Amino acid sequence: MTSITKPKVANPSLPRNERGLTRRDYEGAMSTLCAGCGHDSITAAVVEACWGLALRPEQLVKLSGIGCSSKTTAYFVSGAHGFNSVHGRMPSIASGANAANRDLMYIGVSGDGDSLSIGLGQLAHAIRRNVNMLYLIENNGVYGLTKGQFSASADVGTKSKKGDANLQSPVDPALLALTLGASFVARGFSGDKRQLVPLIQAGLKHPGFAIIDVLSPCVTFNDHEGSTKSYAFTREHYHPAVEADFVPVAEEISVDYAAGESAVVPLHDGSHVRLRKLDPSYDPSDRAAAYRYIGDKLKHGEYVTGLIHVEDGSHNELHATNKTSHIPLNQIPYEKLSPGAATLAKLMDRYR
Amino acid sequence: MPENHPQDRLNDFVVKFANVNGTGSASANALIMKAIFRSGVPVIGKNFFPSNIQGLPTWYEIRVTKDAHMARGARVDLMLAMNIETYAQDVREVSPGGFLLYDSTWPRSTLLSREDVTVLGVPFARLCNEQFEGARNRILMKNICYAGTLAALLDIDLEVIRRLVTEQYAKRPKLVDANMRAIEIGYQYAKEHLPCPLPCRISPLDRTKGYILMDGNTAAGLGCVYAGATVGAWYPITPSTSLMDAFRGFCERMRVDSETGEHNYIVLQAEDELAAVGMVIGASWNGARAFTPTSGPGISLMNEFVGLAYYSEVPCVIFDVQRVGPSTGMPTRTQQCDLMLAAYASHGDTRHVLLFPANPEECFHQAAQAFDLAERLQTPVFVLSDLDIGMNDWMCRDLSWDDNYRPDRGKVLSGAEIEALGKFHRFVDRDGDGIPYRTLPGVNPKGAYFTRGSGHNRFGAYTEDSAEYQDVVDRLLRKFATAKTLVPKPVLVGPGTREVGILSIGSCDGAIREALGILSGRGTELDYLRVRAFPFGQEVEEFLARHATVYVIEQNRDAQLRSLVTLETAVEKSKLRSILHYDGMPLSAAFVVDAIEQSLRSVPRRAAAGA
Repeated sequence: MTSITKPKVANPSLPRNERGLTRRDYEGAMSTLCAGCGHDSITAAVVEACWGLALRPEQLVKLSGIGCSSKTTAYFVSGAHGFNSVHGRMPSIASGANAANRDLMYIGVSGDGDSLSIGLGQLAHAIRRNVNMLYLIENNGVYGLTKGQFSASADVGTKSKKGDANLQSPVDPALLALTLGASFVARGFSGDKRQLVPLIQAGLKHPGFAIIDVLSPCVTFNDHEGSTKSYAFTREHYHPAVEADFVPVAEEISVDYAAGESAVVPLHDGSHVRLRKLDPSYDPSDRAAAYRYIGDKLKHGEYVTGLIHVEDGSHNELHATNKTSHIPLNQIPYEKLSPGAATLAKLMDRYR
Repeated sequence: MPENHPQDRLNDFVVKFANVNGTGSASANALIMKAIFRSGVPVIGKNFFPSNIQGLPTWYEIRVTKDAHMARGARVDLMLAMNIETYAQDVREVSPGGFLLYDSTWPRSTLLSREDVTVLGVPFARLCNEQFEGARNRILMKNICYAGTLAALLDIDLEVIRRLVTEQYAKRPKLVDANMRAIEIGYQYAKEHLPCPLPCRISPLDRTKGYILMDGNTAAGLGCVYAGATVGAWYPITPSTSLMDAFRGFCERMRVDSETGEHNYIVLQAEDELAAVGMVIGASWNGARAFTPTSGPGISLMNEFVGLAYYSEVPCVIFDVQRVGPSTGMPTRTQQCDLMLAAYASHGDTRHVLLFPANPEECFHQAAQAFDLAERLQTPVFVLSDLDIGMNDWMCRDLSWDDNYRPDRGKVLSGAEIEALGKFHRFVDRDGDGIPYRTLPGVNPKGAYFTRGSGHNRFGAYTEDSAEYQDVVDRLLRKFATAKTLVPKPVLVGPGTREVGILSIGSCDGAIREALGILSGRGTELDYLRVRAFPFGQEVEEFLARHATVYVIEQNRDAQLRSLVTLETAVEKSKLRSILHYDGMPLSAAFVVDAIEQSLRSVPRRAAAGA
């Protein structure tokens, strides 16, 4: 089927952001996913996040691989270029795109199939390379488009729709990202937009690779009893550890939480992420502690959500380590790139 | 001395060095080659090295050619046998009447003696052990020592060598002294004990002025700098690695802002070739000139992405420095075996633009052409070099650049143009040449579109509609037809009206040109067309039509160029005769001459034109 364009109807009563744009201006084509799909809620959260940040739509670059989740880049911010690439290879497209123009904001949308099986290598190396981007994994534990095979994030013992149990251990994208040195690791749930929107905003603004694993139930193939990625199971077992609020540059920070429970993470453009720790003992800046905490909670069947780990990501970001020009590489005039005929003539003497 | 004195081979002979790799022999061999070049005598160097770091046999062959031929010579006048492991083979390879120089520190097996070869001994190891300390140093000095002996035997001016060594170690004067001492030891010993100079010797000429010695990978890397490439992505693979090393090296010298220290380039070492080409596609899509160097195995891995770039119409430049396949094959040997792979890379109906450089000079210029074509045509462009061109030093004309050159960025709309357009549609053929207009991210929200490898219509929207799908892939065919008119034209040698012609590509060129001269001397005149690009243009069609017999010469087993010509031109298959060379060594004129003469003898020739 062809994609469906949403008619843009100007409703004067819609609230506008500081750029004068409404939420509708950050929408895209009509979703063709199943009714009730968790991915559509994530799309809505992305729209809300971008509207809230008052982004210029063309400032955003949307990248994806192949799968249900990867289709969703067509469903938000139609004023941004999108690139629906090949299965599992979006991280390399993102790395190249970012290398060419460091001034834009990159959002990659992928799924557990796309990122944790065929694309595991590319995901790992994009994290290592610390590409400045937000990487969303819309995680439902199954392959939807091919009718419900287990994915690499399926928990041990979870049941398929046909009743088979998964026996292989899962790849946890949050643990993976922590291991590989990601400076921004979060987990959300498609059913909790209040938690998810600020995570997306903070992730977009984070200078470095930011990853959010979003638990996003598949209503068609993985929402039955016995599945550990159903709406019911996820609602019951997700464990918010650290809530994040994104605080734009203009807003004053007011800390109104008990001491020891809140922290402020400054971002490079003057904005902040304000963390509210629901568990006072939790320290999101401590990578090793975050790793242990996730494992401990998992033993009790709980998925830790929220901004699990955050630290400064700017010092070893891709362009920082490569000392790349501040003028985006795709905008440097040719006259500056060509050493010229005279230099070449002189160079020839080295080869005699 | 044997009776049969070799004929005088002044400025026309081959020296072959048999060494163990990782012993510093490459520097000594390069030194000899450069010294001959600096004496004004044309040279060719071919390196036959193992896929190994230390301890395996390696050979270096220097052909001294006063007539400035470009191919490997199929003979050995002087063999420097420094590797005991390959001694038997090395003795066998010496041409009758030739010479063999060996390290006489240890006794030589007389079992392998040949009556028709003069054996010369120099106790390199003993001489160096007396003069130098340290095991590693002694091995290195032993190799530099033979450069001195060769200078005496070949009559190379020691001053030329001294200047080269001084330049090479300009920052480490102590090394100049040590190296020169070793060279002089070897020189003096030869002068005192050996018949210097040999009949194969040099005498200064003036035939290298305006020429350089450069390998194709260096030239291609330099071409990328001049083309304005800013993003290089790669995964290390022999024999393409030195292309990215060169690009990076030149950028470090020429692309670092002197005030800020910022780099006007980026080199991304990817996790594999898949990611490397993905990065190139991402960067090119985003408006930078980006490229990746690789070899056959890398192209195999890149296939899926190449299809994406073809169908979603993203420029990308891929250098394939071909090596011997299939599979891992022989990574350090040369072939032209990726033609079919590159021409139709990826699943589905795909066809790609290929360029065939024949020497480093063309690697340099075709690098820039590749970017222009990729951006003009919005499609992948492959530059099919090979190990022989890429990793061997070739004597080629000084590279020059036209400062008036400006990159052809193709049909990219500016923000204002997008604004004026009202509504932008990505895949509409406004100009009738099959090439649509594109926009870059970040420029204007009205220019935003969705790039996809899935079925799409001319407006860029997803489709599963038969007519809409076909509309787009048919336009891609028109675009490919446009490509025919833009790619570099073939080079014709000869009047083009002879009965028999040769069709070939790339690094076969030197051997074929030399063979044409030899054949002509024996009364056989042939035309020769060197194809420089795929798709084949009108000139190739006409050449094939005009000749009754066409020898297709190429370096692979399966006649891939012949297949491609058969598939993509109107040529009558029966008039094409293959001459195939695929043992991994560079082609020689002798091979071409033999093959053509044999064929002309065995196959009755058609009536000459006009008869």
